[in-house]
Amino acid sequence: MTTTTTPPAVPRAAARTKVLQRQGAAVALVLVVAVSWLVFPRFGSPDNLRDLALQGSFLAVIAIGMTFVIITGGIDLSVGSLYALGGVLAAWGSQYGFLVALALPLVVCGVIGLINGLLIARTNMAPFIVTLASLLFARGLLLAITDEGANTYQIPADSAFVELGRGTVFGFGYPIFIAAVLAVLGGVVLNRTGFGQNVFATGGAEQSAVLLGVPVAKTKVLVYTMSGTLAGLAGALTAAYLQSGVTVIGVGLELDAIAVVVIGGTLLTGGMGTILGTVIGVGLIKVIQNVINQIGTLDSNYQSVVSGVFLLIVVVLQRILRR
Amino acid sequence: MPTDPVIEVAGVTKTFAGVRALGDVDFTLQRGEIHALVGENGAGKSTLIKVLTGIHTPDAGSVTRNGHISTIYQEVNLVPLMSVSANLFLGREPRTRFGLIDRARRDAEAAELLRGYGITADVSSPLGTLAVGEQQMVALARAVAADADVVIMDEPTSSLEPREVETLLGVVRKLHEAGIAIIYVSHRMDELYRICDTVTVLRDGVNVHSGPLGDLPRIELVSLMLGRSVKEIEKHGTTAFGEGHQADTRPVLEAVDLVSRPRVGGVSVSVRPGEVVGLAGLLGSGRTETAKAIIGALPLDSGTVLVAGKAVPHTVKASMKAGISMLAEDRKTEGIIPNLSVRENIVLAALPRLGRFGVTSRSRQDRIVDTFIERLRIKVSSPEQKVAELSGGNQQKVLLARWLCTEPKILLLDEPTRGIDVGAKAEVQELIDELAREGLAVLLISSELDELLDGADRLVVLRDGAVAGELEGDRLTREHVLAAIAAEVTDDSGDHAGSHQDSR
Repeated sequence: MTTTTTPPAVPRAAARTKVLQRQGAAVALVLVVAVSWLVFPRFGSPDNLRDLALQGSFLAVIAIGMTFVIITGGIDLSVGSLYALGGVLAAWGSQYGFLVALALPLVVCGVIGLINGLLIARTNMAPFIVTLASLLFARGLLLAITDEGANTYQIPADSAFVELGRGTVFGFGYPIFIAAVLAVLGGVVLNRTGFGQNVFATGGAEQSAVLLGVPVAKTKVLVYTMSGTLAGLAGALTAAYLQSGVTVIGVGLELDAIAVVVIGGTLLTGGMGTILGTVIGVGLIKVIQNVINQIGTLDSNYQSVVSGVFLLIVVVLQRILRR
Repeated sequence: MPTDPVIEVAGVTKTFAGVRALGDVDFTLQRGEIHALVGENGAGKSTLIKVLTGIHTPDAGSVTRNGHISTIYQEVNLVPLMSVSANLFLGREPRTRFGLIDRARRDAEAAELLRGYGITADVSSPLGTLAVGEQQMVALARAVAADADVVIMDEPTSSLEPREVETLLGVVRKLHEAGIAIIYVSHRMDELYRICDTVTVLRDGVNVHSGPLGDLPRIELVSLMLGRSVKEIEKHGTTAFGEGHQADTRPVLEAVDLVSRPRVGGVSVSVRPGEVVGLAGLLGSGRTETAKAIIGALPLDSGTVLVAGKAVPHTVKASMKAGISMLAEDRKTEGIIPNLSVRENIVLAALPRLGRFGVTSRSRQDRIVDTFIERLRIKVSSPEQKVAELSGGNQQKVLLARWLCTEPKILLLDEPTRGIDVGAKAEVQELIDELAREGLAVLLISSELDELLDGADRLVVLRDGAVAGELEGDRLTREHVLAAIAAEVTDDSGDHAGSHQDSR
């Protein structure tokens, strides 16, 4: 009898679909950028592109943390509030020098993230509920220390901390480089370290992960701590850029972060995702917002309507490609 | 006898919510032996394993471990979304000089390692894309590669094809030669007697026998497990599966030329009321897919499904309304909702019928649930107990109850006895018999040929998504089935490069 062991060849079309599945968001990004470039003359100007990258970098820092959280099968709703809180703490701390201005938001937001993680991992409470509570908590704390937002802390213009947000290399702001370094680091941690594997295993099949010896609880604590810390960092960078701790920012930002992570191909149910995808997602959402700004006639209230519709189209397209 | 125990358990007691799972159990595993752990459903095997591995802390007694223990479970406990190689090396990945995971080496070592288990799949593809049997092999390879002194195998062969079972037993022997002690949990007597040195029998949480296996006649072993006398068993057998069903002449279910690419390519099956029709064939021959195509869970490219002569629209809802119910193979992912109670799991499918205007009557629910718990002999502390807390066999009965209370005319059963123990298996088989006698049409899928031969009135043999033969009466023998299945190997092995048939 004949023994046949030749593996079945993957048909070309299937291979092509696989590429599209993985790179769906990237393809959309390339298309949107190409169209914008052709239609809006100002879109491609160096100034606009630099501004685009800078605006994207703050969201990217938060979204990197969110990617880890979502891959474990969780969600972190507190990042928008922590972002604003981080900014105010940085602005307040800047009077004591660079180090305090940077460390204070990281530590406070990191600790809130740690508490999120401990509650989620140890008490088995739903991440949605726990982080919703800290969303309210952080926003409340923020209002309390700013006299209900009436007191806006300014950062002295000559402070070294301002440089962190406003300094540039070849016209590109420091935050862009910080976000880029964090993205690369995030990718390496996710794919090339034991912790990264634990993140995937936790979100992919939690019960199995426990039996496989994965420290599931520890992994969860770590990702929420990371997410909180990164939200605080994004807030600090924003404060440095704006030279003040603005209290009204970051409302609903957690939803933007979740949206870009999901657009980037990370499964909302956990177990699968990439940092590169998240970065592409950030690019997509920021380009869309930028283009809407270019259409000067559009009432600003319609901006989120348009970007909402656009996001929906992107997600539907991805779903269709995935078939 | 020289003793060098790797695991020693003395006087262990474990109680869950007032129910005793283990009572004063002693258990010793000697270095290098293959130790069979047997017992009925709910006898305490899983609990004992979890005590051995440290997942459960005993209420009383002591556990001494003199080595590293690896466990592979009956249901594959790996991460389907992660790659095969990532699963294999999770927690002990090869590293580069910089302490980062060396993915190229991980893939290469994984491919190398799995070749020894007869797996040639792409190790960088997600584990979930592999067949269940292959996933089980990966789990085993993982357990073995962890440099364990003890490997615990909980029903490792329950989802394997005969060829894969041979590979697995070969691996078990290799481990044995390497001096690794093995605890082997299985309900398959043949396997136990082929490879095991010693046996421990648990019944109702108590160790009723420990000793060399070779000296123990099979019937004695069964009687120890069931707690019935040898005479009783000799008289009635362990199962009375397949005692004369009365089959009507007109089929109640007719599936005509079903095509659902890629797995089902023109299958016709008919079942008469009171008849049990078996679907035989190898893994990947399209058995499950045929059943799913019948009930409308897989899209049809062509073909029709008729119930009592009337065509049924191809949706699950319409099929269920017409009286078809299906018990899915993988109860963990396709059936049981672990966090709901037994009551909720049972009435789930029947809810629409149980109420008016969307409000269901609780007392009617309770009545139905009580009836089925009693009738199917489901062992529960109360109908409100979470299904997750039940043993495999009882979970399966809960699922069976769920479909029965929709009062189906046709029941599609996909591996109804997979992974449940001898006693529960016999009970499930008996239930299938009973149901057929009451006039239900049953389509039974099983990888166990004996179960099909004993239980079915007629067999439809599938290979590569097509009917390879239909057997009934005198031709309902092992030889005829194998011949029908084997025809594939000689006929068209050349056209199916790399498919599941590999004629070794």
